[in-house]
Amino acid sequence: MDAEITLRVDGEAHRLTVDTRTSLLDALRERLGNTSPKKGCDHGQCGACTVLLDGDRTLTCLALAVAHDGAEITTADGLAPAGELHPVQQAFLDSDAFQCGYCTPGQVCSAVGVLAEFERGWPSHVTEDLTGRPEMTHDEVAERMSGNLCRCAAYVNITPAVQQAGGAR
Amino acid sequence: MKPFAYARPGDVAEAVRDVVAEPNAVFLAGGTNLVDHLRLGVARPDLVVDVRTLTSREVTDLPDGGLRLGAASTNSQVAADPRVRERWPVLAQALLAGATGQLRNMATTGGNPLQRTRCVYFQDVTTPCNKREPGSGCSAVGGYTRYHAVLGTPAALPDPTAPETCIATHPSDMAVALAALDAQVQVLGPAGERTVPFTELHRLPGDDPSRDTVLEHGDLITAIDLPALPAGTRSAYRKVRDRASYAFALISVAAAVTPDGDLRLALGGVAHKPWRATRAEEVLRGQQLTEDAVRAAIAAELAAAQPQPGIDSGNGFKIPLVARTVLATVRGLPPEEQS
Repeated sequence: MDAEITLRVDGEAHRLTVDTRTSLLDALRERLGNTSPKKGCDHGQCGACTVLLDGDRTLTCLALAVAHDGAEITTADGLAPAGELHPVQQAFLDSDAFQCGYCTPGQVCSAVGVLAEFERGWPSHVTEDLTGRPEMTHDEVAERMSGNLCRCAAYVNITPAVQQAGGAR
Repeated sequence: MKPFAYARPGDVAEAVRDVVAEPNAVFLAGGTNLVDHLRLGVARPDLVVDVRTLTSREVTDLPDGGLRLGAASTNSQVAADPRVRERWPVLAQALLAGATGQLRNMATTGGNPLQRTRCVYFQDVTTPCNKREPGSGCSAVGGYTRYHAVLGTPAALPDPTAPETCIATHPSDMAVALAALDAQVQVLGPAGERTVPFTELHRLPGDDPSRDTVLEHGDLITAIDLPALPAGTRSAYRKVRDRASYAFALISVAAAVTPDGDLRLALGGVAHKPWRATRAEEVLRGQQLTEDAVRAAIAAELAAAQPQPGIDSGNGFKIPLVARTVLATVRGLPPEEQS
């Protein structure tokens, strides 16, 4: 069954007809040709499909496109609109925070979300004092990035990259 | 994936009517569990009614000092709410122990308690499962039981062919905290609004393991209320899992101690429902919370526990683990405020 929706992706509006079963991930990749978000597990377990949906980091494989009519989506591609890298992207390059790169667009979007969550003072599972303001320690960043798997295990460089981007903001 | 119609009605009353009118309809909120089940073939609805933008996203103060969590408030939002962090830390900790940042941004207050078990056989449509296919049997008995129940089950080796057999556990962390906090569930159904105590929302398998809760077809959670705790109540959530982050609980403990020394205790990962440890609470009533007293109380709670045999020695490890984790949770509560 089909439905007509509008998605605003990386600043550009798109009107499209989707089968109600289409995930946001498939709509982005297969219908709009935006291959920045990746399909890893397609079960919400790996984080490769992470984008910023109305500002919040979100898994597009577990979102139905039809349920997000009118949504504002930013992919890793859209973080560098004129080819100028986002501070998180630059930090990933500086820290060599990848090997194969497949998980990287999801890692980058997730990291942008993590920095915004620090900015808002959100706690995490490893925050000792829930009523205080969490600091951007290694353990805090690693916990917050735990939804993004890297099968090359570049974690030792990803965590410092996120910290660097956070410090540079 | 089986085709389905999608509807986003104008308001919650219309959403309830839409679901009531279609026997094979489901509500959709954050979608973190349902969309996966659509893909796996575990859920095969004809109609999906999207309520995510219909219920409230607000977290509001109640006149008696409690808090109302709108059904569409997200797990991230509730965990970060300063009121929850200050006054119901057990709930903030439970939420933060669950899933990942991305999933918590999607998952909602109304949807989280209604997520289904992560029993591997329930999620594998090629295996018999009484919860997914009533009457087909239970594949978990004698199988992979590491994440399965030790409380509320009839026997240590139930009949895997019996239609009532189910040894699955409820996977939510949030629900364990809500059970300890005596939360109240606001429900809109075909006959109007009603309030269901959170501890009565989930059910044991009984004679119908396909039903996780007492909600009927068309019943919609519109909010969950946190009653005020006595001033000075200390609370905490402790979760034991196979890796340090992003894993379901093997077992978990939610505990709250009032200034009078009353302990409210709930256990996760041990039963078909979030398990309020009423027997342990009764044993402790009026007693000092010494380690020996807590140890004796949890032993009373676990007296009826049934370890399930299975692959990798089954799940008997949960019984001593629960006892030790309850003790560690109570011991780890913040010190009492001196007045």
